[in-house]
Amino acid sequence: MLKKGIRDILSASKDVGWVLEPQAKRLFSMAGLNVPRFTMSTTVEEAVRFAHEIGYPVVAKVVSPRIVHKSESDGVAVGIDSDGELTETFTRLSRIEGFVGVLVEEMMSGLELIVGAKIDYQFGPVILLGIGGTGVEIYRDITMRMAPLRERDVESMVKGLKASPLLEGYRGSEPINLSELNRLLITFSKLVMDLEESIESIDLNPVICSSTTCVVADARIMLKESLETE
Amino acid sequence: MNFKALFKPKTLAVIGVSLHNDRHPANVIYYKNNLRFQAEVFPVNDRGGVLQGETVYACISDVPRKVDLAVIAVRAEMVPNIMAECIQAGVGGAVVISGGFAEIGRRDLQDRMVSLAREADFPFIGPNCLGVYSPPYMDTFFLPSERMVRPSRGRVALVSQSGGTLVDQMSKFADEGIGLSLGIGIGNKALIQELDLLEYFAQDPETEVIAFYVEGFEKNAGREFVLATGQCPKPVIVLKAGKSPGGSRAISSHTAAMAGDYEVFSEVVSQYGVVEAKNQFELVSFCEALSCYNQSIEGNIGIITASGGHGALAVDACSSHGLSVPPLSDQHQAEIRERVSPRVRAIASFGNPVDLTGSAVDDDFIAAAKFLAGYQEVDCVVVLLLPYTPGITPDLAARLSQIYRQADKPLIAYVPHVEKYGIFIEGFEFNRIPVAHSIEGAVHMAEAMRRWQPC
Repeated sequence: MLKKGIRDILSASKDVGWVLEPQAKRLFSMAGLNVPRFTMSTTVEEAVRFAHEIGYPVVAKVVSPRIVHKSESDGVAVGIDSDGELTETFTRLSRIEGFVGVLVEEMMSGLELIVGAKIDYQFGPVILLGIGGTGVEIYRDITMRMAPLRERDVESMVKGLKASPLLEGYRGSEPINLSELNRLLITFSKLVMDLEESIESIDLNPVICSSTTCVVADARIMLKESLETE
Repeated sequence: MNFKALFKPKTLAVIGVSLHNDRHPANVIYYKNNLRFQAEVFPVNDRGGVLQGETVYACISDVPRKVDLAVIAVRAEMVPNIMAECIQAGVGGAVVISGGFAEIGRRDLQDRMVSLAREADFPFIGPNCLGVYSPPYMDTFFLPSERMVRPSRGRVALVSQSGGTLVDQMSKFADEGIGLSLGIGIGNKALIQELDLLEYFAQDPETEVIAFYVEGFEKNAGREFVLATGQCPKPVIVLKAGKSPGGSRAISSHTAAMAGDYEVFSEVVSQYGVVEAKNQFELVSFCEALSCYNQSIEGNIGIITASGGHGALAVDACSSHGLSVPPLSDQHQAEIRERVSPRVRAIASFGNPVDLTGSAVDDDFIAAAKFLAGYQEVDCVVVLLLPYTPGITPDLAARLSQIYRQADKPLIAYVPHVEKYGIFIEGFEFNRIPVAHSIEGAVHMAEAMRRWQPC
């Protein structure tokens, strides 16, 4: 059973056809996934105030119902480390088509993964795990399993990636926290089972994993055309 | 639903025979069954009459015996009424050969049939299908007897959405000596689908391997199917057609773009232990291997050969299929060397592959095979048997098979499949050792056992 807060976000996004990043992050946070500290700002002052609160460097991303893939529209800036740079970035982002605000959030570092979901015609909810970032569709280093995921599915997903040595600690790099990744996948898979009637697909890309934690750094939810949230 | 009437009928009515056109599918089916199979056959046509001296019944209810199975081959518009008559007459089930339903947009006709059948708990296969090949009981394929290549009776059940592919696959089974328990073309699969047949064959004592040719599942039917295969103690093999990606919406997620229908299919079936054959050749090899061995291996292969080249090709094939060929230690090599004949001892190499050379005799193969049968690091042995090497006799197949039955370790043979070497091939087949006609094929067979994960 979905929490009311989650249902509200889904029905409010109905007209746009997909859930924008700030709302999507709120939704996943309610479902128990880690997200970076962030704020949705509509003025430069708000953005700067929040940056001071969390400390530089920060990330700024355009929020627009017209822009699904933000980096393709130059709508993402990372490593912003001063008020001046943030102000400049805000101004630039505000000229992007459909602009409604700027999402300011803390910089995360770690291994970039993609965790996704799709409602498949033949098999219903399916979960995807892969090497994330903007190049996902080039490398296509992915594994998929039917949801809900069992423990052994999660294990075999990680092992099934070509880049699994990167996750387990390659050439002196620290391994990522696999039990956190495991928890994220299982929690996400349960949520997706509940969202089956409402969604078409979900990208959590990137999910940034370090030796301590896995954080959903960006998220989009594509809704089913005839939305049935109730 | 009870499928006995569909697969093992004692009486068969063929509805739609023509009095004038002997090439009509119904006539072909009538002739091929009449006096040639165990089921007693009755021709039916709404105008009645006489066909080659036999009474043609005007209606299913006129047939003097209780009919187990009705084969319906009339125009699509007439099928729902004919089916209603069959139900009324107490027929046990039907195979609907006729086309002209959902495949050409007449889902309404198909749905009428399905609702009639569901209400009466009346099983039917089709429509738009070849139906059931079930010797010695009957055969509903509308292909003249003399044109069919028939596999022997055996342990593999083959279910296909396409009739043509089914017939093709059956002739490949016959070529490779793979026996069939039942062949079913399910066509539009309006009522009876893959899942129903999976459940039937899981219980069927005559079937040990269940193979499917699938073009696509209905909505969520794939989910139900794999969940059921997860409970099935018998190997399930699937060949999926339609692997190329469909178009996806321009504005979409990365996940939707990457998780195409086929990609999902392939990953999910293997998640639940189904063995996916990527093409027709793999389907044949997988059926052969798993019908001989219902067991899973990790994939550590021991290779015995009489030719270094064959050994090297087999190692390459293993590595490209993710199988390993673990090397033998000096001590183990010395153990095999001691057991072989002095002539071979000096010139053979005993790593893995064990290359006994063209001077090897039967006893050398037996010595190497015995060692590998007991050797823990190897869980499957591939013997590359070249019948043109002078020291080898056709007895070798039977002797090898005994060793591996005792050791309970799967043995796979490669023998070049030319008529001249038939006696070597039969030696293996007769002893239930899968025998491939290429090195690659032998490696496919080992791969089948690696992919099969019993629940």
